[in-house]
Amino acid sequence: MIILILLGVSLGGAAVLAFIGDRKLAPEVNILCSAATFGLSVLLALGVYENGPMITSDGFFFVDAFNVYLAVLTAFVSMTTAVFSRRYMAVERSRGKVGHRGMRFYHAMYQLFIFAMLLALLTNNVGVLWIAMELATLATVLLVSLYRTPAAVEAAWKYFILCGVGIAQALFGTVLLYFASEKIFGEGTNGLLWTNLSAVADRLDPTVLSLAFVFFMVGYGTKVGLVPLHNWLPDAHSEGPTPISAVLSGLLLNVALYALIRCKVLVDGATHSHKAGYIMMVFGLISILVASFSLLRQKDIKRMFAYSSIEHMGIATFAFGLGGPVATFGGLLHMLVHSLTKTSIFFTVGHASQMHSTQEMSKIGGLIKGNPAVGWGLIFGVVAIAGMPPFGVFASEFLILSAAMKDAPYFIPFFLIGIAVAFAALFSRVMPMVFGKARPDHKSVKAALVPVAVHMILILILGLYLPIFLSQWFHQAVELLVR
Amino acid sequence: MNEVPFAAQLNGVLAALILLTAFGLLMQRRIYGLLHLFAWQGLFLSISTAVVGYSSGLHHLYISAVLTLALKVIVLPYILYVLIHRMKIHKEVEDLVNIPTTMMIGIALVIFSYHLTAPITELSGFMTRSTLAVALATVMLGLLMMITRKKAVTQMIGFLALENGLFFAATSATNGMPLVVELGVALDLLIAAFVFGIFFFQIRTTFDSLDLKAMEKLKEEE
Repeated sequence: MIILILLGVSLGGAAVLAFIGDRKLAPEVNILCSAATFGLSVLLALGVYENGPMITSDGFFFVDAFNVYLAVLTAFVSMTTAVFSRRYMAVERSRGKVGHRGMRFYHAMYQLFIFAMLLALLTNNVGVLWIAMELATLATVLLVSLYRTPAAVEAAWKYFILCGVGIAQALFGTVLLYFASEKIFGEGTNGLLWTNLSAVADRLDPTVLSLAFVFFMVGYGTKVGLVPLHNWLPDAHSEGPTPISAVLSGLLLNVALYALIRCKVLVDGATHSHKAGYIMMVFGLISILVASFSLLRQKDIKRMFAYSSIEHMGIATFAFGLGGPVATFGGLLHMLVHSLTKTSIFFTVGHASQMHSTQEMSKIGGLIKGNPAVGWGLIFGVVAIAGMPPFGVFASEFLILSAAMKDAPYFIPFFLIGIAVAFAALFSRVMPMVFGKARPDHKSVKAALVPVAVHMILILILGLYLPIFLSQWFHQAVELLVR
Repeated sequence: MNEVPFAAQLNGVLAALILLTAFGLLMQRRIYGLLHLFAWQGLFLSISTAVVGYSSGLHHLYISAVLTLALKVIVLPYILYVLIHRMKIHKEVEDLVNIPTTMMIGIALVIFSYHLTAPITELSGFMTRSTLAVALATVMLGLLMMITRKKAVTQMIGFLALENGLFFAATSATNGMPLVVELGVALDLLIAAFVFGIFFFQIRTTFDSLDLKAMEKLKEEE
């Protein structure tokens, strides 16, 4: 019941916001819907924390430790992003970058996007999972082209075509999965319910499932932004409005990775081998390396952080591919801290580029004098994302590395090179922007700093110690994922 | 030798026709021609779904057959027709380079699909013996079409043809996905068609043409 209300809030919010349009209250309603969604997701999480995994009577929804933490994260980040977007979009609107209709569309689609992601996370049906992923793409495609510049339209078209084609492969994978499960469950919805499938995973045909995994990997991997399927990601992130870049990077990539992991568990059960894991490790490692070297060549600030997202999704994919309790734990933590850190970076980046009316890094300077809070926010965010202690990313990367040290030492050098190069690239670019000479022509903008501060505090806490409920969740999730 | 049931034979013929239209889409240069071929492909798909539904006695397949007929033979081609008419691009002829090479790649893709699905088809019954390979081939040919074409409308038709292949895989290999999923996929497809429609206008107003060659702003700088 609570799940239906949870989903209903964002879906209803989309409808209401489409109706409200560009009136004065729209951003507040947007925040209110997201906050309500967050509150409900916390209630849901408390239920799971006390009573263990929960499945609705018709089997359509299924909540366990793994997806409930992602649902809470999604609801939380979408709430803080909504707070940020109120100030940010007001500036964009006053500068005439978005019109009257654009704002209506923006708010409605924002809520629809949240709905799609929550549906993808909470559904038990692998087919519906696919539908929700596709819906999430469709909801954001036209948001990427919101500014209607040639570059934005091109980015959105690329995003649409590449993700559309990519995710079509995942549907083929789903068909193959159903083909295998039909032999056991017969016709009907039962054969696509994840809980049923995972219960009989060792009886599913291994040949079919191996082939299905290739399609899942290509399909959902495109959405995760793994190299070489990543081409859409930097464009979509750099050309869309910044709040959308933040949720794409912080949430959508996580949800896509979630879908991939759910499928991997089934394939592992059927094949009794580590084949799927190796594929994920290789994809992850290539993503880390290619993304970190691409970081060096970037000129556009949002594009640079988009590549950083590819790198971090590569790290998480590598961790889940590695398997084993420690690496999986690290992977789960990494998804959480990356999402919090990267969205907070995008908040500060959004304000910085608004102050200078450009996204070109060479034209941004002296943030520390122009707006100290934004400057410090950016520098702390970059310190955190580069994996420095005492922030959360350090903790998760350390866990993943120590697990890799034991199980796959040959991969370690590449992994470390990737992280080191990314570190160097990020700092050499961000330092001049923050501490360099101030630009005389910068404008002051009203920055939304609460979301940045909240995220930074959370990342700091997560780096210093893991709250007991969180580690318990993660342990439960690890048990689900590692057999 | 085993007697192959009539329904399976019929389905085989329809599979062949679907593959044929997929090849037709690859080499057709006129925009209305593409539209007709796409509608034909949808029709064959719909009949095939009905045949599978009849022979297996699963009545929910009739619903998906009707759904396919409505969506892929009537609604989508109609939307496209209106779009093409409104944008006045119905007389445009696309210059394709190297049709023979594209055909050869297409044939290679079909062989590859048969090879890939060979271990699986042994598990399945008469109805699905070779249709899974054809479905995969249709998906791949749709992909090839999207790669070789440079116009927005033709890329969209390629995308829809690819979706047809997926749908064919679902009906012929597994007697159709559960109805919830099928309806959801159809809904997504419909939304996608509208998004495509909006895009055409956006691309037209920003680039002055629907030629995707104009899109070259976003590239990695060396």
